[in-house]
Amino acid sequence: MVDIKDLEKAAIDGKLDRREFMKRATALGLAAPFATSLLTQAVHAATPKKGGRFVQGTGHGSTTDTLDPGTHENGFSQNVVYTYANHLTEVDNTGQLVPELAESYEASADAKTWTFKLRQGVEFHNGKTMTADDVIGSINHHRGEDSKSAGKSLLSAVESITKKGKYEVEFKLSAGNADFPFVMSDYHFAILPEFEGNMDWQAGFGTGGYVIDRYEPGVRATFKRNPNYFKSGRAHFDEVETIALLDTTARQNAMMNDEVHAINRVDPKTVHLLSRVGSLKILETTGTLHYTFPMRVDQKPFDNYDLRMAVKYSVDREQLVQKILLGHGAIGNDHPISTANPYHNGEMAQRSYDPDKARHHLKKAGMEGVTLDLGTSDAAFSGAVDAALLIKDSAAKAGLDINVVREPKDGYWSNVWNKKAWCACYWGGRPTEDWMFTAAYVADSKWNDTAWTSGPKADKFNKLVVDARSELDTNKRRQMYYECQEIVNDDGGALIPMFANYIHAVSKKIGHDEKVAANWEFDGNKNAERWWFA
Amino acid sequence: MHPVIATVLQRLALGILTLFVVSLIIFSSIEFLPGDFGEAILGQAALPETVAAFRKELGLDLPMYQRYLDWVGNVMTGDLGNSFSGRGSSGGADRSRPVIDLIAPRLANTLFLASMAAIISVPLALFLGITAALYRGSIYDRLVNALTLTTISFPEFFVAYILILIFSSFLKFFPSLANIDPTTDFWVRVHLTALPAITLMLVIIAHMMRMTRAAIINLMASPYIEMADLKGVSKSQIIIHHALPNAWAPIVNVIAFNLAYLVVGVVVVEVVFVYPGVGQLMVDAVTTRDVPVVQACAMIFALTYILLNLFADIISIITNPRLLHPR
Repeated sequence: MVDIKDLEKAAIDGKLDRREFMKRATALGLAAPFATSLLTQAVHAATPKKGGRFVQGTGHGSTTDTLDPGTHENGFSQNVVYTYANHLTEVDNTGQLVPELAESYEASADAKTWTFKLRQGVEFHNGKTMTADDVIGSINHHRGEDSKSAGKSLLSAVESITKKGKYEVEFKLSAGNADFPFVMSDYHFAILPEFEGNMDWQAGFGTGGYVIDRYEPGVRATFKRNPNYFKSGRAHFDEVETIALLDTTARQNAMMNDEVHAINRVDPKTVHLLSRVGSLKILETTGTLHYTFPMRVDQKPFDNYDLRMAVKYSVDREQLVQKILLGHGAIGNDHPISTANPYHNGEMAQRSYDPDKARHHLKKAGMEGVTLDLGTSDAAFSGAVDAALLIKDSAAKAGLDINVVREPKDGYWSNVWNKKAWCACYWGGRPTEDWMFTAAYVADSKWNDTAWTSGPKADKFNKLVVDARSELDTNKRRQMYYECQEIVNDDGGALIPMFANYIHAVSKKIGHDEKVAANWEFDGNKNAERWWFA
Repeated sequence: MHPVIATVLQRLALGILTLFVVSLIIFSSIEFLPGDFGEAILGQAALPETVAAFRKELGLDLPMYQRYLDWVGNVMTGDLGNSFSGRGSSGGADRSRPVIDLIAPRLANTLFLASMAAIISVPLALFLGITAALYRGSIYDRLVNALTLTTISFPEFFVAYILILIFSSFLKFFPSLANIDPTTDFWVRVHLTALPAITLMLVIIAHMMRMTRAAIINLMASPYIEMADLKGVSKSQIIIHHALPNAWAPIVNVIAFNLAYLVVGVVVVEVVFVYPGVGQLMVDAVTTRDVPVVQACAMIFALTYILLNLFADIISIITNPRLLHPR
């Protein structure tokens, strides 16, 4: 479906000339004079200009970072890789998947075979032309037997990668996956020059809009514009500098003093103060990041459905969003699918704080007077200890006694999470439903932190996830994912009270499209090529 | 043997012993921390087999004493080893970075900042201390004492934020980010590191200034100073020619202590000003259990203390005839 916003966007991107814009706009039923003014408005407000040195401060980065996409884990590395390299596909600023280094892609009817036709004449920063060999080497980098790549599990279904021509690659999967092109947009799967069947990442040559000038892990990365960039109307800055500003105060000071043009991870506690500074604006996006309290259903007493329901009803979600996120977030409905995902189920009833219902379920479970241990630490997310204490208070009113156990930050992920019966956790979320469910909710996932693997409802869920994966019909898939969300919400062990916003501060000197991508921070971490000096 | 040489040799031998003890303590304390490099790096995404792959590759599956002895053996030959980090996720080639490459640029930054702070603060502290002793009890003396005690009493990060507020936000004299890189021009570098250097200066000056003042005042009651006074020597001459030479020992010790602090204790200032120094590197290395880097940093810090203390001892001996010519 085409609407006027799409046309505006196309006109801005230069995909539509004036004549074409007018033709389509009037076809949509707009009067010609109105269409004309719309066009000039849209194009004026957002005409990217070339030039300038863009400096951004990010709240991530460690001296252990490398340029190897297989080890990328924090936001600094993600931003760097999306700045200097490209992927087969890209999530655009509206959340739609578009081809990037691929020109087009198509699936067989069972979604098991995917053929990517590559863009021709794309050059790496060392002048080498990108071909099918580079794609195969880059993807195989993550697939080897001894690979420690964090992207390895995402490719476990890939059986073979075949070169069909200089600019054509075929992926054969062991099971159908309608989201496979989506997976290819993940930051791990950057396409870098091939080297002995693997990828050559040390040199730092990508195909991206910027060439790496200097890379100092944990400190900064600087880039210069790639004059040969294959995308037109992208990569407007002459130079880009990304600095690791781990300390929140230092980051916000730098922003206030105009030393950087954009920062992420603004502290929700001080965002209202920062927004008073005249030279900047606050940019918030609700992404897929969510805070959870997984209950392991393989351990007593959480194996009891009614006890889990009692817990889910005894949490005041509104209060958590107000007090822990200070309003910068959205309430969760005990399933991990965010509004930023394609098939978020917005029709399901929102679960809310209901001490009576909680009491009812507690009685039904026959566990009145039970005391539950809740392990927590600020390693799980900032404010996790306070959140646990708030849950303790609201649950007390429902007759549920919670003992908040403070766990050490160090080693939290190895000793507490995925081991203790109930603890605090966060998930960065995933761009697609299948990906999120496969990462943490299907029976054979090692990160299934709720241990929710058996029982009639879990079985049904697992089957649905597999079926939906190879379903190419959008409407059928939607139905399936809606049902998956309902089952997790009802029977699953995850208590998911809130989704946190990404909060940025951006200088008013910077221009960007009205719609900013929510899949990652910083406009999907593609801000270096999408933004410009207004 | 000349007493100075004897002291130096004795101190160096003790220093090497200290280094051993420090390395052993650091090594075993990291061992006591939960988790290892594989788990720390992979975080939430750690799977048993990937962690095992890391352990095997890094030799973390070997017993502790063996890893320690290997490390000591390498250090003896001047090889600080390779950092655990920087390894590729696949492909056989070892692409990890040597520890020395990681530390050298950071250490250079730390030493630059330390020297900047020291070059201003040491002479200033001595001057303030001597003049305060000279005008003991005057308004000047009280003012200097009150001011330096005030700045030392506040935590460093607070002093840093106040300076940022005044000099970056209001006056726009200096940037709040000490964002330097190896290609930064010298004077630009001085400008960028001005605020962290001033912060450190304010933190260390009181200690040195008060010791100078106290040492001199202590000597002023001695009979030979009284003698000089009776001869009609002026007060400033008495202090510079008669009191100061005998006061050097305690003063130099305090200076050495503070200079060492400038190298090893500035991680808070580094964080506030985002200065890429060695302190931040060590904190990063501890959180990821990157043992070779932690060990190397600890050795450098220990060595700094040992050498500066040795230097202080030498100065005390040279300036004290009784120690220089023992009976």
